[in-house]
Amino acid sequence: MIVDIPRFVAAERPYWDELRSMLDRMDTEPERRLALAEIQRLHYLYERCSAGLARLDTFSTNPALRGLLETLVARAYSEIHETREPQKIRWKAILVAFPRAFRRHMGAFRLSLGITLLGCAFGWFAIRMDPHSKAVLMPFQGLLNSPAERVHEEETAKSDRLSGSKASFSAELMTHNIQVTVLTLAMGMTFGVGTLILLFYNGVILGAVAADYISAGFGAFLTGWLLPHGSIEIPAILLGGQGGFILAGALIGWGGRASRSERLRAVAPDLFAIVAGAAVMLVWAGTIEAFISQYHQPVIPYGLKIAFGACELVALTAFLGWAGRE
Amino acid sequence: MKPARPSRLSIETPEGVVFSFELATPVTRALAWSVDAAAIALGGILVGQISQLVSKVNTDVAGAVSVVSYFAIQMVYAIALEWRWRGQTIGKRLFGLRVIDVHGLRLQFPQIAMRNLLRFVDMLPFFYLVGGLTAVFSRNAQRLGDMAANTIVTRERKGEAPDLEQIAPAKYNSLLGQPHLAARLRSLVTPEAAALAVRAVTLRDGYDPRARIALFRELAAHFRSLVEFPEEAVESLTDEQYVRCVLRVIYGAG
Repeated sequence: MIVDIPRFVAAERPYWDELRSMLDRMDTEPERRLALAEIQRLHYLYERCSAGLARLDTFSTNPALRGLLETLVARAYSEIHETREPQKIRWKAILVAFPRAFRRHMGAFRLSLGITLLGCAFGWFAIRMDPHSKAVLMPFQGLLNSPAERVHEEETAKSDRLSGSKASFSAELMTHNIQVTVLTLAMGMTFGVGTLILLFYNGVILGAVAADYISAGFGAFLTGWLLPHGSIEIPAILLGGQGGFILAGALIGWGGRASRSERLRAVAPDLFAIVAGAAVMLVWAGTIEAFISQYHQPVIPYGLKIAFGACELVALTAFLGWAGRE
Repeated sequence: MKPARPSRLSIETPEGVVFSFELATPVTRALAWSVDAAAIALGGILVGQISQLVSKVNTDVAGAVSVVSYFAIQMVYAIALEWRWRGQTIGKRLFGLRVIDVHGLRLQFPQIAMRNLLRFVDMLPFFYLVGGLTAVFSRNAQRLGDMAANTIVTRERKGEAPDLEQIAPAKYNSLLGQPHLAARLRSLVTPEAAALAVRAVTLRDGYDPRARIALFRELAAHFRSLVEFPEEAVESLTDEQYVRCVLRVIYGAG
């Protein structure tokens, strides 16, 4: 069979134009649902265009014409063969997608928690056995002073040292912690090694700070300082770690028969729900850290701060454990 | 010599039809990204201006607005635009690039979010070194974010119908006097060779005469090697005329 290109173009062009205008309309109005007759017409035009492309593939090398048909077939193919629901913003669904995604991957969360606890234990013992290692384990100016000096300074402060800068301090905390959480998740692409290192290091700092303050007898100060924001911030970073291990699991793919591409496709919505949920948690944690955590006794009694932090933790646990259960 | 990495991704439909996408090169992607970086920087300048206005009322709030807005622009810029413009940002639009699903399906929001969030790893340790190297060595020119999200970045084709009259004007063509050989030639010429011949014909006046003669000699020799036409059909044709006749055969005008 020989394709007479001009005759072929003249005969088929009206169908190509019709298909293109249908696809353009679908691009500009993604929310619009097609009527049955329109779907049938779209399918017919797609099949006709595909048949034309198949004829050209065999009998002609005209690159521009082939390019035109390939573009049309590719666009129509993505509309016809897509079986996933088009994404629409449904707030209620978003609210429950996060805890559901969290519960679907409890193994990854336990791993994230376990590695952080391991880091905590390492930091704790390192400080207890060698108090001089503080400068190496937690090289942050605010943590290098002795706990006694810090507590005295905070409890006897005559003025509000954050006065006039609480909002910007809070914004810096939020953005920094979101970056850390997203990086912890993204490091899953190193087959989880990067995620593991970041979680362990976070745990080491946490354990070292706890050992430093508790061994000096300032456990109540430490709990009152960390719990109001830490009860949300630390789980958020653990969620980043959970996401990282989900990603690593999809990359490695133990035992399953699905391809790497299919595994990654399957976990993408859950990863997005987890990271979005963690980001919202960190906005809350940043606000609490700047406006509540930095104020100590006698401004805010430790008991009140600890109770507030405990309530947050209970509420978070209840939300992640039960919200959206079917 | 080891074959170069494929520059196209082909997809076969259940109907058995194959279509392909031209993959964007790392250099084009880097150029598009530099435009996007400039757009983000411009957004940062705007945020700075707004922050200055707010600082007249409250310097603390102005600082917070500045930090949060700049961070939000950096995080949301690509996600929002790729979602709104179906896989394109300002830079990608300028350079004719588009993010698509690796299986040719409709791009989903979690895919867009994942590929952009994973920039944090691709950007390490500086200037997208990890992402750039991964894109150079991966089969479909994917950076890590693309691999995780199952996306690829393609070069868009305009999708315009070819102007047949410009390339293959209706003149007598001795090759078409041999329809079976003409059909055979049509099926043997590769799209790349045809595109090269079209380019040579279109730009012929700009070439140095000697270079032009050499170019058409080489093209004609290539086409002659594919199908041998009878002597009487080609005896009076120069190399350039032969190439033009071949183009008329390929593009179908008589």
